[in-house]
Amino acid sequence: MMLMSPELKTVKEVNENQCQICMPLGAVMAMKGIEGSMTLVHGSQGCSTYMRLSMVEHFNEPVDIASSSLNEKQTIYGGEENLRKGLDNVIRVYHPSVIGVVTTCMTETMGEDINRMIDTYLTDRKLYDVDIIPISTPSYSGTHTEGFWTAIRDIIVYYSGPTKPNECINIILPQVSPADTREIKRILDLMEIQYILMPDISQTLDRPFKTTYEKIPPGGTKKENIARMSGARATIQFGYNCPENLSPGTYLEEEFGVPLYNLPLPVGLQNMDTFIETLRSITHKQVPDSLILERGWLCDAMADSHKYMAEVHPAVYGEPELAYAIYSLCLENGSIPEIVATGTNCQVFQKHLQSLMKREKQSSIKYEQVDFSIIEAESIRTGVNLAIGHSGGKVLTERLNIPVVRVGYPIHDRVGGQRILTVGYSGTLSLLERMVNAYLEEKYRTYRQLRKAEYYDNGGIIHAET
Amino acid sequence: MEITCSQVIGGVTSPCLVERQNSVITTGTSKNRIHCADDSVAGAVSQRACVFCGARVVLNPITDAAHLIHGPVGCASYTWDIRGSLSSGSEMYRNSFSTDLKERDVIFGGEKKLGLCIDEIVEKYHPPAIFVYATCVVGIIGDDIIAVCKERTQKHGIDIIPVESSGFISGNKIIGYRAAGNALIRLITPKEGEVIPKTKKINFLGEYNLGGEKWLIERYLKELGIEINVACTGDSTVEALKQIPGGFLNLVQCTGSMHYIARLLEENYGTPYIDVNFFGAYNTAESLRRIAQFYGEPSMIERAENLIERETSRIKPSIDYYRSKLAGKRAAIYVGGAFKALAIIRQLKELDMEIVFCGTQTGKQEDYEQIHDMLSAGSIIADDTNPAEIERFLIEKKVDIMAGGVKERVLAHKLGVGFVDHNHDRKDCLAGYDGAIHFAHEVYVTCCSPVWKHIRKKPSWG
Repeated sequence: MMLMSPELKTVKEVNENQCQICMPLGAVMAMKGIEGSMTLVHGSQGCSTYMRLSMVEHFNEPVDIASSSLNEKQTIYGGEENLRKGLDNVIRVYHPSVIGVVTTCMTETMGEDINRMIDTYLTDRKLYDVDIIPISTPSYSGTHTEGFWTAIRDIIVYYSGPTKPNECINIILPQVSPADTREIKRILDLMEIQYILMPDISQTLDRPFKTTYEKIPPGGTKKENIARMSGARATIQFGYNCPENLSPGTYLEEEFGVPLYNLPLPVGLQNMDTFIETLRSITHKQVPDSLILERGWLCDAMADSHKYMAEVHPAVYGEPELAYAIYSLCLENGSIPEIVATGTNCQVFQKHLQSLMKREKQSSIKYEQVDFSIIEAESIRTGVNLAIGHSGGKVLTERLNIPVVRVGYPIHDRVGGQRILTVGYSGTLSLLERMVNAYLEEKYRTYRQLRKAEYYDNGGIIHAET
Repeated sequence: MEITCSQVIGGVTSPCLVERQNSVITTGTSKNRIHCADDSVAGAVSQRACVFCGARVVLNPITDAAHLIHGPVGCASYTWDIRGSLSSGSEMYRNSFSTDLKERDVIFGGEKKLGLCIDEIVEKYHPPAIFVYATCVVGIIGDDIIAVCKERTQKHGIDIIPVESSGFISGNKIIGYRAAGNALIRLITPKEGEVIPKTKKINFLGEYNLGGEKWLIERYLKELGIEINVACTGDSTVEALKQIPGGFLNLVQCTGSMHYIARLLEENYGTPYIDVNFFGAYNTAESLRRIAQFYGEPSMIERAENLIERETSRIKPSIDYYRSKLAGKRAAIYVGGAFKALAIIRQLKELDMEIVFCGTQTGKQEDYEQIHDMLSAGSIIADDTNPAEIERFLIEKKVDIMAGGVKERVLAHKLGVGFVDHNHDRKDCLAGYDGAIHFAHEVYVTCCSPVWKHIRKKPSWG
């Protein structure tokens, strides 16, 4: 456990109430944004079932993830036969055009060579219409964040090659909601920009009710388009805090010379302005009036809520991209978070937070590899009065009466995790107002008793004397 | 021949995969016995979990114990506060501790880190016991968790219990229940020379106090004149569990998870056990009678009959109302264990509903025979089914409501089918007479919800 604040140097071993999930989960989520795809988790049956449960609870969607269902025997003698049978069955029932084979801590420790196994399988079966992409995600090497970037990068590497230049801009998203994905697409469409967006979970993890059901949901980034990413005029990647070695945009830049603009997630006025400015500078397109209107409404809301925001002392936690963007949103609205934290081990995140704090002349305690026992203890110590992050923060409400504004993943105790909107001018506006209103609800619920306890009768006098 | 996903052969519904052909039968038509209790078919998208999951859900409700998962972080985060079990005291069990193994630990071994994590938990919380769960990686790298637990038990003077639950041992939770059972036996075995005196109290095995169910049944038993020694494991404490050998009788509710322990307790302490089932009015009455008869006191039998009569007539108007709304509707069931499946079948039948599909993750041959006998001809029974099959059964059998867990819920909703939550994370009491009303109410609100009519209707312009 690394505590990065200067005043807290304790290092503890045990992780108590987790702020992060495991690496294969991130890879499964990334695969969900590829058209016609299925994922097979190479490991024991429980892994895929836990991932399904976690995703089902968040997205409220059926999420089918296959497993090679290794048991004791295969663990000793090797899992190739199960992997092959698993692939056979997935192809038979789901007819996918892409299959991601995701490893687990177990198969990585066993030393399973999935690249070779997949090659042999493809040769033996003479399969030409299914792409099978091996993705290595040993969960002891990272969290779902690293798993996500690893998968996106591996998928791009798989499909990339020399290609004709095209007019598109690559848009690479971190783990955001289907609603966020739709909002980014809407903004790009408003600006009449041609783009290849990946991963596109806008429908695959949030499908409308229909009278017919398809096992693999429609939507997702087309593999032909992924293959064209190496010929795009630029890449905008919202992977500002993504480690260099995992960065898909860096790969496209280094291998194919596609210029990379690695930006913070467009949550908050400044981050969103940066996104629009970048689009403008690449394409020289005009910003449409409707977007200018939306920006105006956000600015108006910022003016109306700034005094409330000054009273909000939040704890911001979760996946690095979202935590960073929300942290900067707080600062630009005059709210100084007491804590900003992520469950993953991410030095870029630390570095970026440091420079943001320096620029804004503010400081907050920042943590990497955090757990909720730390967030809880620090929230008490620093007087946090609002939490912004995923459902793990429910302990803060239960134990400390701190309301949680739910954003990020996982949201398993409320409906609509798939439709939480945070990006864009309008997403920022809605997030800002959710934060202010969550604070006001608590304030108006308690201020009468608090003021009475503080000033009425003897209580006040004793207080004044001490 | 490859069987595609929409085939009915000779009136018999078939699964999507040839390998699963014998795991799906149609009552009255299929000649073969069901194939069950085997490993899941790779790539079939089984709804099963793993040994660790089974062990974790059985032990988790022990309220004042710390639960430490030895492995990379995932297994702990997926199971943090996973059950709806309630506590009358400590909330310790709602925390999830992980040794959070990193690459270095996997290479050099995680025993040292495990020891340090135990030390930290003891220092911070002083729990009476810590359960240390082995996960897949730990099983492969060969960390000796038994030795670490033994050594730390001596150091701290509290019970530090290893749970041998490496996930790869099996995809069947039943094996995990056994791992939990062994851990429990380790915990409750009296120290040498120590004797736990026999009482007239009962142990209530396989009761997890979801939505306060244990407390409700406790009221009934009190009315009969019986005290609960301890429930296993709903709202239990380490201290109370150690009194298990003093029980007069063991009630076994969740048979899948607790028969193993009941047999061990009978062998070791001579405590007899009987099966009970408090889901549904009929089952509740039957169970109360069975318990009273075991004690054999005429006054107790009379008190049981009075309770049954009073409660049955109390809930009758509600049940009658729901029956009038639900009679003839078609239901599907897919749950973890056969005990739960049987209880739900009976309750739905009490509402005059028809069960057209029933399956379980962990059922055994004799369980499926019992299920078979309770369903009318032409119903589907499936072991270890998967989403593709469930989808097909729900459509083919024109199901109105499905009872199951979280993964089944979203699929049912996507197909426009109502859903009743019978998962281990549920928040409401479904046991006893109160539970019978809650259950019927839940079936009613989902089955007869106006949303189905509206969302299926095409708009005039569409």
